[in-house]
Amino acid sequence: MGLILHIGNTALTTLLDVLPIVAVLFLFQFLVIRQPPPHLGRIAVGFLYVLGGLTLFLVGLEEALFPVGETMARQLTDPAFIYGGGPVPAQPVWTDYLWIYVFAAAIGFATTVAEPSLIAVSIKANEISGGVVGAWGLRVAVAVGVAAGVAIGAFRIVTGTPLPYYIMAGYVVVILQTLKAPRLIIPLAYDTGGVTTSTVTVPVVAALGLGLAAAVPGRSPLLDGFGLIAFASVFPIMTVLGYTMIAAWMRAWKKPAGPADPSRKETAE
Amino acid sequence: MAVIQGLLRLLVDAARDMLPIVLVIGFFQVFILQQPFPDVAGILVGLVCVVVGLALFVQGLEMGLFPLGESLAQAFARKGSLWALLAFAFCLGFGTTVAEPALIAVAAEAAQVASEAGAIAATDEARKSYALGLRFTVGLSVGAALILGVFRILKGWSLPLMIIGGYGLVILLTTVAPPEIVGIAYDSGGVTTSTITVPLVTALGVGLASVIRGRNPMLDGFGLIAFASLTPMIFVLVYGMIV
Repeated sequence: MGLILHIGNTALTTLLDVLPIVAVLFLFQFLVIRQPPPHLGRIAVGFLYVLGGLTLFLVGLEEALFPVGETMARQLTDPAFIYGGGPVPAQPVWTDYLWIYVFAAAIGFATTVAEPSLIAVSIKANEISGGVVGAWGLRVAVAVGVAAGVAIGAFRIVTGTPLPYYIMAGYVVVILQTLKAPRLIIPLAYDTGGVTTSTVTVPVVAALGLGLAAAVPGRSPLLDGFGLIAFASVFPIMTVLGYTMIAAWMRAWKKPAGPADPSRKETAE
Repeated sequence: MAVIQGLLRLLVDAARDMLPIVLVIGFFQVFILQQPFPDVAGILVGLVCVVVGLALFVQGLEMGLFPLGESLAQAFARKGSLWALLAFAFCLGFGTTVAEPALIAVAAEAAQVASEAGAIAATDEARKSYALGLRFTVGLSVGAALILGVFRILKGWSLPLMIIGGYGLVILLTTVAPPEIVGIAYDSGGVTTSTITVPLVTALGVGLASVIRGRNPMLDGFGLIAFASLTPMIFVLVYGMIV
Protein backbone atom coordinates (compact mmCIF):
# COMPACT_ATOMS: atom_id res chain seq x y z
CA MET A 1 0.00 0.00 0.00
CA GLY A 2 2.82 2.34 0.94
CA LEU A 3 4.37 1.80 -2.48
CA ILE A 4 1.21 2.84 -4.33
CA LEU A 5 0.94 5.95 -2.19
CA HIS A 6 4.60 6.73 -2.90
CA ILE A 7 4.03 6.29 -6.65
CA GLY A 8 1.01 8.60 -6.51
CA ASN A 9 2.94 11.24 -4.59
CA THR A 10 5.96 11.11 -6.89
CA ALA A 11 3.74 11.23 -9.97
CA LEU A 12 2.22 14.41 -8.61
CA THR A 13 5.58 16.08 -7.93
CA THR A 14 6.92 15.01 -11.34
CA LEU A 15 3.81 16.49 -12.93
CA LEU A 16 4.33 19.75 -11.02
CA ASP A 17 7.96 19.80 -12.18
CA VAL A 18 7.05 19.56 -15.85
CA LEU A 19 4.14 21.99 -15.57
CA PRO A 20 6.31 25.06 -16.32
CA ILE A 21 7.80 23.30 -19.37
CA VAL A 22 4.38 22.32 -20.67
CA ALA A 23 3.07 25.85 -20.00
CA VAL A 24 5.92 27.45 -21.98
CA LEU A 25 5.49 24.95 -24.82
CA PHE A 26 1.74 25.56 -25.05
CA LEU A 27 2.10 29.33 -24.83
CA PHE A 28 4.51 29.51 -27.75
CA GLN A 29 2.68 26.87 -29.72
CA PHE A 30 -0.53 28.92 -29.57
CA LEU A 31 0.81 32.47 -29.71
CA VAL A 32 3.74 32.13 -32.09
CA ILE A 33 3.79 28.91 -34.05
CA ARG A 34 0.00 28.57 -34.31
CA GLN A 35 0.07 25.12 -35.79
CA PRO A 36 0.29 21.77 -34.06
CA PRO A 37 3.53 19.81 -34.40
CA PRO A 38 3.38 16.76 -36.69
CA HIS A 39 2.43 13.45 -35.03
CA LEU A 40 0.95 15.27 -32.05
CA GLY A 41 -0.68 12.10 -30.70
CA ARG A 42 2.57 10.16 -30.77
CA ILE A 43 4.41 13.02 -29.04
CA ALA A 44 1.73 13.17 -26.32
CA VAL A 45 2.05 9.42 -25.71
CA GLY A 46 5.82 9.79 -25.58
CA PHE A 47 5.47 12.59 -23.03
CA LEU A 48 3.28 10.32 -20.90
CA TYR A 49 5.91 7.58 -21.15
CA VAL A 50 8.56 10.04 -19.99
CA LEU A 51 6.43 11.15 -17.04
CA GLY A 52 5.43 7.61 -16.06
CA GLY A 53 8.94 6.29 -16.56
CA LEU A 54 10.54 9.07 -14.53
CA THR A 55 7.99 8.57 -11.74
CA LEU A 56 8.65 4.82 -11.49
CA PHE A 57 12.39 5.45 -11.76
CA LEU A 58 12.37 7.96 -8.88
CA VAL A 59 10.12 5.80 -6.70
CA GLY A 60 12.39 2.80 -7.26
CA LEU A 61 15.49 4.85 -6.44
CA GLU A 62 13.89 6.16 -3.25
CA GLU A 63 12.64 2.71 -2.24
CA ALA A 64 15.74 0.71 -3.06
CA LEU A 65 18.92 2.69 -3.62
CA PHE A 66 18.93 6.09 -1.94
CA PRO A 67 18.29 4.83 1.63
CA VAL A 68 21.05 2.23 1.36
CA GLY A 69 23.41 4.62 -0.45
CA GLU A 70 22.89 7.43 2.03
CA THR A 71 23.21 5.16 5.07
CA MET A 72 26.34 3.77 3.49
CA ALA A 73 27.81 7.25 2.98
CA ARG A 74 27.13 7.98 6.67
CA GLN A 75 28.56 4.68 7.90
CA LEU A 76 31.70 4.89 5.80
CA THR A 77 32.40 8.43 7.03
CA ASP A 78 31.64 7.53 10.66
CA PRO A 79 34.80 7.96 12.78
CA ALA A 80 33.94 4.66 14.53
CA PHE A 81 34.35 2.88 11.18
CA ILE A 82 37.40 4.83 10.02
CA TYR A 83 39.39 4.54 13.23
CA GLY A 84 37.97 1.15 14.26
CA GLY A 85 36.81 2.53 17.60
CA GLY A 86 40.30 3.90 18.38
CA PRO A 87 41.05 7.55 19.26
CA VAL A 88 40.14 10.17 16.67
CA PRO A 89 43.10 12.45 15.85
CA ALA A 90 42.56 16.20 15.96
CA GLN A 91 44.23 16.59 12.56
CA PRO A 92 42.87 14.19 9.93
CA VAL A 93 45.40 12.21 7.89
CA TRP A 94 44.19 11.78 4.34
CA THR A 95 45.37 8.16 4.09
CA ASP A 96 42.91 7.15 6.84
CA TYR A 97 40.08 7.67 4.39
CA LEU A 98 41.10 5.32 1.58
CA TRP A 99 37.78 3.43 1.54
CA ILE A 100 35.95 6.73 1.14
CA TYR A 101 37.87 7.54 -2.06
CA VAL A 102 37.19 4.05 -3.42
CA PHE A 103 33.51 4.37 -2.56
CA ALA A 104 33.34 7.91 -4.01
CA ALA A 105 34.85 6.75 -7.31
CA ALA A 106 32.73 3.60 -7.53
CA ILE A 107 29.44 5.30 -6.70
CA GLY A 108 30.27 8.26 -8.98
CA PHE A 109 30.86 5.86 -11.87
CA ALA A 110 27.80 3.73 -11.17
CA THR A 111 25.30 6.57 -10.71
CA THR A 112 26.54 8.28 -13.89
CA VAL A 113 26.02 5.17 -16.01
CA ALA A 114 22.39 5.11 -14.79
CA GLU A 115 21.78 8.85 -15.33
CA PRO A 116 18.76 9.27 -17.68
CA SER A 117 19.77 12.69 -19.07
CA LEU A 118 23.20 11.35 -20.02
CA ILE A 119 21.49 8.42 -21.78
CA ALA A 120 19.44 10.99 -23.73
CA VAL A 121 22.46 13.04 -24.80
CA SER A 122 24.47 9.96 -25.80
CA ILE A 123 21.58 8.63 -27.92
CA LYS A 124 21.40 12.01 -29.67
CA ALA A 125 25.17 12.23 -30.15
CA ASN A 126 25.28 8.73 -31.60
CA GLU A 127 22.48 9.61 -34.02
CA ILE A 128 23.95 12.96 -35.13
CA SER A 129 27.49 11.66 -35.59
CA GLY A 130 26.23 8.78 -37.72
CA GLY A 131 27.46 6.24 -35.17
CA VAL A 132 31.04 7.59 -34.91
CA VAL A 133 30.42 8.61 -31.28
CA GLY A 134 29.46 5.37 -29.58
CA ALA A 135 26.64 5.89 -27.08
CA TRP A 136 28.12 3.39 -24.62
CA GLY A 137 31.73 4.60 -25.03
CA LEU A 138 30.67 8.18 -24.38
CA ARG A 139 28.82 7.22 -21.22
CA VAL A 140 31.73 5.18 -19.89
CA ALA A 141 34.14 8.06 -20.59
CA VAL A 142 31.84 10.46 -18.72
CA ALA A 143 31.42 8.00 -15.84
CA VAL A 144 35.21 7.63 -15.50
CA GLY A 145 35.40 11.43 -15.30
CA VAL A 146 32.76 11.63 -12.58
CA ALA A 147 34.49 8.82 -10.67
CA ALA A 148 37.81 10.69 -10.73
CA GLY A 149 36.10 13.98 -9.91
CA VAL A 150 34.14 12.74 -6.90
CA ALA A 151 37.15 10.85 -5.51
CA ILE A 152 39.38 13.94 -5.78
CA GLY A 153 36.54 16.04 -4.36
CA ALA A 154 36.39 13.71 -1.33
CA PHE A 155 40.17 14.06 -0.95
CA ARG A 156 39.73 17.84 -0.98
CA ILE A 157 37.11 17.71 1.79
CA VAL A 158 39.38 15.51 3.94
CA THR A 159 42.42 17.74 3.45
CA GLY A 160 40.41 20.98 3.60
CA THR A 161 42.30 22.51 0.67
CA PRO A 162 40.59 25.42 -1.17
CA LEU A 163 38.04 24.41 -3.81
CA PRO A 164 38.87 27.17 -6.35
CA TYR A 165 42.43 25.87 -6.86
CA TYR A 166 41.17 22.47 -7.97
CA ILE A 167 38.47 23.84 -10.24
CA MET A 168 40.86 26.37 -11.81
CA ALA A 169 43.43 23.64 -12.42
CA GLY A 170 40.64 21.63 -14.04
CA TYR A 171 39.80 24.59 -16.29
CA VAL A 172 43.41 24.96 -17.35
CA VAL A 173 43.57 21.28 -18.34
CA VAL A 174 40.27 21.62 -20.26
CA ILE A 175 41.61 24.70 -22.11
CA LEU A 176 44.84 22.91 -23.06
CA GLN A 177 42.89 19.86 -24.25
CA THR A 178 40.54 22.09 -26.26
CA LEU A 179 43.52 23.31 -28.28
CA LYS A 180 44.51 19.76 -29.25
CA ALA A 181 41.27 17.74 -29.30
CA PRO A 182 39.34 16.91 -32.51
CA ARG A 183 37.19 19.99 -33.15
CA LEU A 184 33.88 18.18 -33.66
CA ILE A 185 33.80 16.59 -30.23
CA ILE A 186 34.39 19.78 -28.20
CA PRO A 187 30.78 21.06 -27.91
CA LEU A 188 29.54 17.60 -26.92
CA ALA A 189 32.30 17.24 -24.35
CA TYR A 190 31.39 20.62 -22.79
CA ASP A 191 27.74 19.56 -22.64
CA THR A 192 28.48 16.32 -20.81
CA GLY A 193 29.81 18.33 -17.87
CA GLY A 194 26.33 19.70 -17.25
CA VAL A 195 24.21 16.61 -17.87
CA THR A 196 26.03 14.18 -15.61
CA THR A 197 24.86 15.66 -12.35
CA SER A 198 21.17 14.99 -12.19
CA THR A 199 18.51 12.70 -10.73
CA VAL A 200 20.67 9.79 -9.59
CA THR A 201 24.07 11.35 -8.95
CA VAL A 202 23.20 14.50 -7.00
CA PRO A 203 21.40 12.97 -3.97
CA VAL A 204 24.01 10.26 -3.34
CA VAL A 205 27.04 12.47 -4.00
CA ALA A 206 25.63 15.36 -1.96
CA ALA A 207 24.97 12.98 0.97
CA LEU A 208 28.54 11.76 0.72
CA GLY A 209 29.95 15.31 0.72
CA LEU A 210 27.85 16.51 3.65
CA GLY A 211 28.47 13.30 5.64
CA LEU A 212 32.20 13.50 5.03
CA ALA A 213 32.43 17.18 5.96
CA ALA A 214 30.48 16.49 9.17
CA ALA A 215 32.65 13.50 10.15
CA VAL A 216 36.18 14.75 9.39
CA PRO A 217 37.56 16.68 12.38
CA GLY A 218 37.95 20.38 11.66
CA ARG A 219 35.56 20.49 8.66
CA SER A 220 32.14 22.12 8.60
CA PRO A 221 29.37 20.62 6.44
CA LEU A 222 28.14 24.09 5.55
CA LEU A 223 31.48 25.42 4.33
CA ASP A 224 33.26 22.29 3.11
CA GLY A 225 30.31 20.05 2.18
CA PHE A 226 29.74 21.79 -1.14
CA GLY A 227 31.89 21.37 -4.21
CA LEU A 228 31.54 17.67 -5.06
CA ILE A 229 28.98 18.48 -7.76
CA ALA A 230 31.40 21.01 -9.23
CA PHE A 231 34.10 18.33 -9.45
CA ALA A 232 31.61 15.97 -11.07
CA SER A 233 30.88 18.65 -13.71
CA VAL A 234 34.47 19.54 -14.68
CA PHE A 235 36.16 16.14 -14.80
CA PRO A 236 33.88 14.48 -17.41
CA ILE A 237 34.89 17.22 -19.89
CA MET A 238 38.51 16.15 -19.43
CA THR A 239 37.86 12.44 -19.82
CA VAL A 240 35.62 12.84 -22.88
CA LEU A 241 38.21 15.08 -24.57
CA GLY A 242 40.98 12.72 -23.44
CA TYR A 243 39.15 9.67 -24.75
CA THR A 244 38.71 11.18 -28.22
CA MET A 245 42.29 12.45 -28.30
CA ILE A 246 43.62 8.99 -27.47
CA ALA A 247 41.30 7.41 -30.03
CA ALA A 248 42.52 9.90 -32.67
CA TRP A 249 46.19 9.28 -31.82
CA MET A 250 45.70 5.55 -31.99
CA ARG A 251 44.13 5.85 -35.42
CA ALA A 252 46.99 8.03 -36.65
CA TRP A 253 49.53 5.65 -35.16
CA LYS A 254 47.90 2.55 -36.62
CA LYS A 255 47.50 4.00 -40.11
CA PRO A 256 51.04 3.48 -41.48
CA ALA A 257 50.90 -0.19 -40.45
CA GLY A 258 47.81 -1.00 -42.48
CA PRO A 259 44.36 0.21 -43.47
CA ALA A 260 42.39 1.35 -40.43
CA ASP A 261 39.23 -0.58 -39.70
CA PRO A 262 36.53 2.04 -39.13
CA SER A 263 34.21 -0.43 -37.41
CA ARG A 264 36.75 -1.17 -34.71
CA LYS A 265 35.49 -0.22 -31.24
CA GLU A 266 37.94 1.62 -29.03
CA THR A 267 37.93 0.73 -25.37
CA ALA A 268 38.08 3.54 -22.84
CA GLU A 269 41.60 4.57 -21.80
CA MET B 1 6.09 -9.40 -32.04
CA ALA B 2 8.43 -6.57 -32.96
CA VAL B 3 6.87 -4.42 -30.23
CA ILE B 4 7.53 -7.05 -27.57
CA GLN B 5 11.09 -7.50 -28.83
CA GLY B 6 11.68 -3.75 -28.69
CA LEU B 7 10.30 -3.62 -25.17
CA LEU B 8 12.48 -6.52 -24.03
CA ARG B 9 15.54 -4.86 -25.55
CA LEU B 10 14.75 -1.63 -23.60
CA LEU B 11 14.31 -3.57 -20.36
CA VAL B 12 17.59 -5.44 -20.84
CA ASP B 13 19.40 -2.15 -21.56
CA ALA B 14 17.88 -0.54 -18.48
CA ALA B 15 18.85 -3.49 -16.30
CA ARG B 16 22.42 -3.25 -17.65
CA ASP B 17 22.48 0.49 -16.84
CA MET B 18 21.46 -0.16 -13.24
CA LEU B 19 23.82 -3.10 -12.70
CA PRO B 20 26.88 -1.02 -11.63
CA ILE B 21 24.97 0.70 -8.80
CA VAL B 22 23.67 -2.62 -7.50
CA LEU B 23 27.15 -4.13 -7.61
CA VAL B 24 28.81 -1.15 -5.89
CA ILE B 25 26.24 -0.92 -3.11
CA GLY B 26 26.16 -4.71 -2.67
CA PHE B 27 29.96 -4.92 -2.50
CA PHE B 28 30.31 -2.19 0.11
CA GLN B 29 27.40 -3.46 2.18
CA VAL B 30 28.60 -7.06 2.32
CA PHE B 31 32.40 -6.84 2.21
CA ILE B 32 33.35 -3.47 3.69
CA LEU B 33 30.58 -2.64 6.15
CA GLN B 34 29.83 -6.35 6.65
CA GLN B 35 26.14 -5.85 7.19
CA PRO B 36 23.11 -7.64 5.74
CA PHE B 37 20.65 -5.71 3.58
CA PRO B 38 17.87 -4.18 5.68
CA ASP B 39 14.84 -5.04 3.52
CA VAL B 40 15.60 -7.35 0.60
CA ALA B 41 12.02 -7.66 -0.69
CA GLY B 42 11.53 -3.88 -0.67
CA ILE B 43 14.83 -3.37 -2.50
CA LEU B 44 13.90 -5.90 -5.19
CA VAL B 45 10.53 -4.21 -5.78
CA GLY B 46 12.33 -0.87 -5.98
CA LEU B 47 14.82 -2.23 -8.52
CA VAL B 48 12.01 -3.54 -10.73
CA CYS B 49 10.43 -0.05 -10.60
CA VAL B 50 13.76 1.57 -11.54
CA VAL B 51 14.37 -0.74 -14.52
CA VAL B 52 10.83 -0.48 -15.92
CA GLY B 53 10.86 3.29 -15.33
CA LEU B 54 14.15 3.79 -17.16
CA ALA B 55 12.97 1.68 -20.12
CA LEU B 56 9.72 3.71 -20.35
CA PHE B 57 11.69 6.97 -20.12
CA VAL B 58 14.02 6.02 -23.00
CA GLN B 59 11.04 4.94 -25.12
CA GLY B 60 9.31 8.26 -24.33
CA LEU B 61 12.45 10.21 -25.31
CA GLU B 62 12.42 8.80 -28.83
CA MET B 63 8.66 9.16 -29.22
CA GLY B 64 8.01 12.45 -27.46
CA LEU B 65 10.79 14.74 -26.28
CA PHE B 66 13.23 14.44 -29.20
CA PRO B 67 10.62 14.90 -31.97
CA LEU B 68 9.05 17.76 -30.01
CA GLY B 69 12.36 19.61 -29.67
CA GLU B 70 13.12 19.10 -33.36
CA SER B 71 9.69 20.18 -34.58
CA LEU B 72 9.92 23.31 -32.41
CA ALA B 73 13.29 24.16 -33.95
CA GLN B 74 11.86 23.71 -37.45
CA ALA B 75 8.72 25.71 -36.67
CA PHE B 76 10.74 28.64 -35.29
CA ALA B 77 13.13 28.53 -38.24
CA ARG B 78 10.18 28.58 -40.69
CA LYS B 79 8.60 31.45 -38.80
CA GLY B 80 11.86 33.36 -39.10
CA SER B 81 11.19 35.53 -36.04
CA LEU B 82 14.38 35.94 -34.06
CA TRP B 83 12.61 37.61 -31.13
CA ALA B 84 10.08 34.81 -30.75
CA LEU B 85 12.86 32.23 -30.74
CA LEU B 86 14.94 34.12 -28.18
CA ALA B 87 11.88 34.73 -25.97
CA PHE B 88 11.10 31.02 -26.13
CA ALA B 89 14.69 30.13 -25.20
CA PHE B 90 14.56 32.46 -22.20
CA CYS B 91 11.18 31.20 -20.96
CA LEU B 92 12.26 27.59 -21.31
CA GLY B 93 15.46 28.19 -19.33
CA PHE B 94 13.92 30.40 -16.66
CA GLY B 95 10.69 28.42 -16.26
CA THR B 96 12.28 25.03 -15.90
CA THR B 97 14.99 26.19 -13.51
CA VAL B 98 13.15 28.33 -10.95
CA ALA B 99 10.93 25.40 -9.90
CA GLU B 100 13.70 22.79 -10.01
CA PRO B 101 13.62 20.80 -6.71
CA ALA B 102 17.41 20.33 -6.60
CA LEU B 103 17.86 24.11 -6.87
CA ILE B 104 15.28 24.78 -4.12
CA ALA B 105 17.25 22.48 -1.80
CA VAL B 106 20.60 24.07 -2.66
CA ALA B 107 19.20 27.60 -2.25
CA ALA B 108 17.92 26.79 1.24
CA GLU B 109 21.33 25.43 2.26
CA ALA B 110 23.04 28.44 0.74
CA ALA B 111 20.88 30.78 2.83
CA GLN B 112 21.96 28.82 5.91
CA VAL B 113 25.62 29.26 4.98
CA ALA B 114 25.19 32.97 4.30
CA SER B 115 23.50 33.61 7.65
CA GLU B 116 26.18 31.66 9.55
CA ALA B 117 28.89 33.61 7.78
CA GLY B 118 27.11 36.82 8.84
CA ALA B 119 26.40 38.01 5.30
CA ILE B 120 22.66 38.25 6.05
CA ALA B 121 20.66 38.52 9.28
CA ALA B 122 20.14 35.23 11.13
CA THR B 123 16.34 35.32 10.84
CA ASP B 124 13.98 33.04 8.91
CA GLU B 125 12.72 36.07 7.02
CA ALA B 126 16.18 37.05 5.78
CA ARG B 127 17.07 33.48 4.88
CA LYS B 128 13.86 32.99 2.91
CA SER B 129 14.33 36.13 0.86
CA TYR B 130 17.99 35.24 0.25
CA ALA B 131 17.03 31.75 -0.99
CA LEU B 132 14.29 33.15 -3.23
CA GLY B 133 16.69 35.74 -4.63
CA LEU B 134 19.20 33.01 -5.34
CA ARG B 135 16.61 30.90 -7.17
CA PHE B 136 15.62 33.85 -9.36
CA THR B 137 19.26 34.60 -10.03
CA VAL B 138 19.91 31.04 -11.20
CA GLY B 139 16.66 31.03 -13.22
CA LEU B 140 17.69 34.27 -14.94
CA SER B 141 21.15 32.89 -15.59
CA VAL B 142 19.81 29.77 -17.33
CA GLY B 143 17.39 31.90 -19.37
CA ALA B 144 20.31 34.11 -20.39
CA ALA B 145 22.39 31.02 -21.16
CA LEU B 146 19.81 29.66 -23.60
CA ILE B 147 19.43 33.07 -25.30
CA LEU B 148 23.20 33.28 -25.70
CA GLY B 149 23.44 29.65 -26.80
CA VAL B 150 20.66 29.92 -29.40
CA PHE B 151 22.15 33.17 -30.71
CA ARG B 152 25.50 31.43 -31.05
CA ILE B 153 23.94 28.63 -33.10
CA LEU B 154 22.32 31.19 -35.41
CA LYS B 155 25.55 33.14 -35.84
CA GLY B 156 27.87 30.12 -35.87
CA TRP B 157 30.23 31.63 -33.27
CA SER B 158 32.97 29.46 -31.81
CA LEU B 159 31.83 27.69 -28.64
CA PRO B 160 35.29 27.07 -27.09
CA LEU B 161 36.16 30.78 -27.20
CA MET B 162 32.93 31.71 -25.40
CA ILE B 163 33.17 28.95 -22.79
CA ILE B 164 36.84 29.63 -22.06
CA GLY B 165 36.02 33.34 -21.78
CA GLY B 166 33.33 32.33 -19.28
CA TYR B 167 35.84 30.27 -17.29
CA GLY B 168 38.09 33.32 -17.17
CA LEU B 169 35.22 35.38 -15.79
CA VAL B 170 34.48 32.70 -13.15
CA ILE B 171 38.12 32.72 -12.02
CA LEU B 172 38.19 36.51 -11.91
CA LEU B 173 34.95 36.71 -9.89
CA THR B 174 36.14 33.97 -7.53
CA THR B 175 39.01 36.19 -6.39
CA VAL B 176 36.67 39.03 -5.41
CA ALA B 177 33.49 37.18 -4.29
CA PRO B 178 32.93 36.33 -0.60
CA PRO B 179 34.54 32.90 0.02
CA GLU B 180 31.40 31.29 1.51
CA ILE B 181 29.45 31.70 -1.76
CA VAL B 182 32.12 30.07 -3.96
CA GLY B 183 31.27 26.41 -3.20
CA ILE B 184 27.57 27.02 -3.76
CA ALA B 185 28.18 28.99 -6.93
CA TYR B 186 30.32 26.20 -8.40
CA ASP B 187 27.75 23.55 -7.47
CA SER B 188 24.83 25.57 -8.85
CA GLY B 189 26.19 25.06 -12.37
CA GLY B 190 25.62 21.33 -12.03
CA VAL B 191 22.18 21.19 -10.46
CA THR B 192 20.24 23.35 -12.89
CA THR B 193 19.71 21.01 -15.80
CA SER B 194 16.92 18.54 -15.10
CA THR B 195 16.16 15.22 -16.72
CA ILE B 196 13.34 16.54 -18.88
CA THR B 197 15.01 19.84 -19.83
CA VAL B 198 18.21 18.20 -21.09
CA PRO B 199 16.67 16.07 -23.90
CA LEU B 200 14.36 18.91 -24.96
CA VAL B 201 17.12 21.54 -25.05
CA THR B 202 19.56 19.18 -26.78
CA ALA B 203 16.99 18.31 -29.47
CA LEU B 204 16.22 22.02 -29.91
CA GLY B 205 19.89 22.94 -30.40
CA VAL B 206 20.63 20.07 -32.74
CA GLY B 207 17.36 20.73 -34.62
CA LEU B 208 18.25 24.42 -35.10
CA ALA B 209 21.74 23.57 -36.33
CA SER B 210 20.26 21.05 -38.78
CA VAL B 211 17.74 23.43 -40.40
CA ILE B 212 19.99 26.48 -40.64
CA ARG B 213 22.15 26.33 -43.73
CA GLY B 214 25.90 26.25 -43.10
CA ARG B 215 25.63 24.91 -39.54
CA ASN B 216 26.95 21.53 -38.50
CA PRO B 217 24.70 19.74 -35.95
CA MET B 218 27.71 18.21 -34.19
CA LEU B 219 29.77 21.42 -34.07
CA ASP B 220 26.98 23.97 -33.59
CA GLY B 221 24.06 21.94 -32.25
CA PHE B 222 25.60 20.94 -28.93
CA GLY B 223 26.67 23.51 -26.37
CA LEU B 224 23.37 24.83 -24.97
CA ILE B 225 23.76 22.72 -21.81
CA ALA B 226 27.37 23.90 -21.47
CA PHE B 227 26.14 27.52 -21.32
CA ALA B 228 23.40 26.53 -18.88
CA SER B 229 26.00 25.11 -16.49
CA LEU B 230 28.44 28.02 -16.87
CA THR B 231 26.25 31.13 -16.43
CA PRO B 232 24.77 30.09 -13.04
CA MET B 233 28.30 30.16 -11.57
CA ILE B 234 28.88 33.69 -12.86
CA PHE B 235 25.46 34.99 -11.79
CA VAL B 236 25.60 33.39 -8.32
CA LEU B 237 29.11 34.78 -7.67
CA VAL B 238 27.82 38.24 -8.58
CA TYR B 239 24.74 37.68 -6.38
CA GLY B 240 27.03 36.81 -3.48
CA MET B 241 28.93 40.07 -4.01
CA ILE B 242 25.82 42.25 -4.18
CA VAL B 243 23.79 40.79 -1.30
